Amino acid sequence: MTAIKAAGLRRSYGDHVVLKGVDLNVPRGTVFSLLGANGAGKTTTVKILSTLIGADGGSASVAGHDVASDPVAVRAAIGVTGQFSAVDNLLTGRENLKLMADLNHLGRTDGKRKVEQLLEQFDIADAADKPAASYSGGMRRRLDLAMTLVGSPQVIFLDEPTTGLDPRSRRAMWDIVRRLVASGVTIFLTTQYLDEADELADRIAVLDHGKIVAEGTADELKRRIPGGHVLLQFSDPRDLEAATRVVRNASRDGEALALRVPNDGSVGALKALLDRLDEHSVLVDSLSMHTPDLDDVFLALTGKPETVAHP
Amino acid sequence: MTHALSDSATMVRRNLKRMIRYPSMTFQLLLMPVIFLLLFVYVLGGTLGAGIGGPSGGRAEYLNYVTPTIILIAITAAVQGTTISIALDMTEGIVDRFRTMAIARVSVLTGHVVGSLIQTVLAMAFVFGVAVLIGFRSQAGVVEWLAVAGLLVAMAFALIWLSAAFGLVSKTVEGSSNIGLPLMLLPFFGNGFVPTDSMPTVLRWFAEYQPFTPFIDALRGLLMGTPIGNSGYIALGWCAVIGFGGYLWSKKLFNRESTR
Repeated sequence: MTAIKAAGLRRSYGDHVVLKGVDLNVPRGTVFSLLGANGAGKTTTVKILSTLIGADGGSASVAGHDVASDPVAVRAAIGVTGQFSAVDNLLTGRENLKLMADLNHLGRTDGKRKVEQLLEQFDIADAADKPAASYSGGMRRRLDLAMTLVGSPQVIFLDEPTTGLDPRSRRAMWDIVRRLVASGVTIFLTTQYLDEADELADRIAVLDHGKIVAEGTADELKRRIPGGHVLLQFSDPRDLEAATRVVRNASRDGEALALRVPNDGSVGALKALLDRLDEHSVLVDSLSMHTPDLDDVFLALTGKPETVAHP
Repeated sequence: MTHALSDSATMVRRNLKRMIRYPSMTFQLLLMPVIFLLLFVYVLGGTLGAGIGGPSGGRAEYLNYVTPTIILIAITAAVQGTTISIALDMTEGIVDRFRTMAIARVSVLTGHVVGSLIQTVLAMAFVFGVAVLIGFRSQAGVVEWLAVAGLLVAMAFALIWLSAAFGLVSKTVEGSSNIGLPLMLLPFFGNGFVPTDSMPTVLRWFAEYQPFTPFIDALRGLLMGTPIGNSGYIALGWCAVIGFGGYLWSKKLFNRESTR
């Protein structure tokens, strides 16, 4: 069964074309991650699929309902946690959840049970009667997600759920997502972090400038990505020139006096590189190893680097 | 549609809670009409009262003359709060959450409107109380008081819907706090503080035909026993036009795409 299906989704804001024909197919009960840089069109995709905005072209259905012709049925089946906090800051955590229970028409007893259960499950119980405005970033995000879950949605959209969170809150959020998956819901996750998609998703689609440039499992995608690189830092432009001549496949790293050399990070490969630089008396200021990140994904898939925020 | 009522009730509860949590705005909006009342009665009332004529023609006379206007000012001040709180709400992510939920969409607005109406009714009662405390005396009986209450609630309801649209159309919260200002000044360009026949021709023409003039005529008539004529019906007609227009405009604005 298909939980989310999209064909040829297009959308512009004025003259600015954000989506240039996006196709998606997400089977029920899986985690699908849309990976892309800021401005790639991730949030626009989520907004269309969650009925917040319309598409200019193409079609999409969520939980078997067309987003354009039957938005009410789609809304009844989904839950959305966006990258902007969607909690009422003047209400307490418990009141926020109660609000959701009322709007989902859960009834007094069921609503109360659900609210208390979510407060426990999301570790908000201690602060349940404090206003949400006083919550930390991680806690607010947990409350946000808990509010999304009050209505027991079949399909959950998580738009950059860990952007702006500290590493610990990020791990906690990952654990929550994993538990959700175990309960059988479908999750559509957008992220700009390769490791996050890798950790959580069954399938990953890479969105670049409004088009899906690659799709597959994390392993399938990684096979298409080089095994990382070494960044060489120089203080003298002449050394940079010399290194560019003697090291194969190297590419300049922007305006900086730095060279990016594909390297799998093994001791042998590193030694070979250093020996070669030494042979030609190239003076390297410093060296750093980089495991594959979103930059590399884009470099590999689109042939051009992308400016992205790093975790 | 089935859930429109229960969803609206939920949203009203949300907004009342928000007003209680953030009372400074409510106080600010209450203070305005009371200051106007004291200012006009004690600072200007002696001279203005002599100008309007009447049996005693003094401060006490002017208090009775200006109280209906001050109640109207209480409404126009309270609805500034509607505009600001709706504009503020629209900048918060929770409204986008509401938009992705299977709820009666209009309940987001009705929650604000009904919440504001409760707030406005309390504000009007408070200002009436202050007026009575400093000497306002009415000749109205039970029927007249009921008519006064009905007319005030109708005008409050109409202006709240208009203010809701103002809140939705504002791009920023700062902008929203200015957009309702003409509404607060409108009673001055009418029969609110002085009779219109003392004004220059063009202004007098405007003052006689603007919506607040028949409204104040009707209120004065009901409270003080001055002649009403058609003013009550004209005032109710204006309420219907303003309220329905504001409702349709708000609904259209709210159903626009979220632009965040």
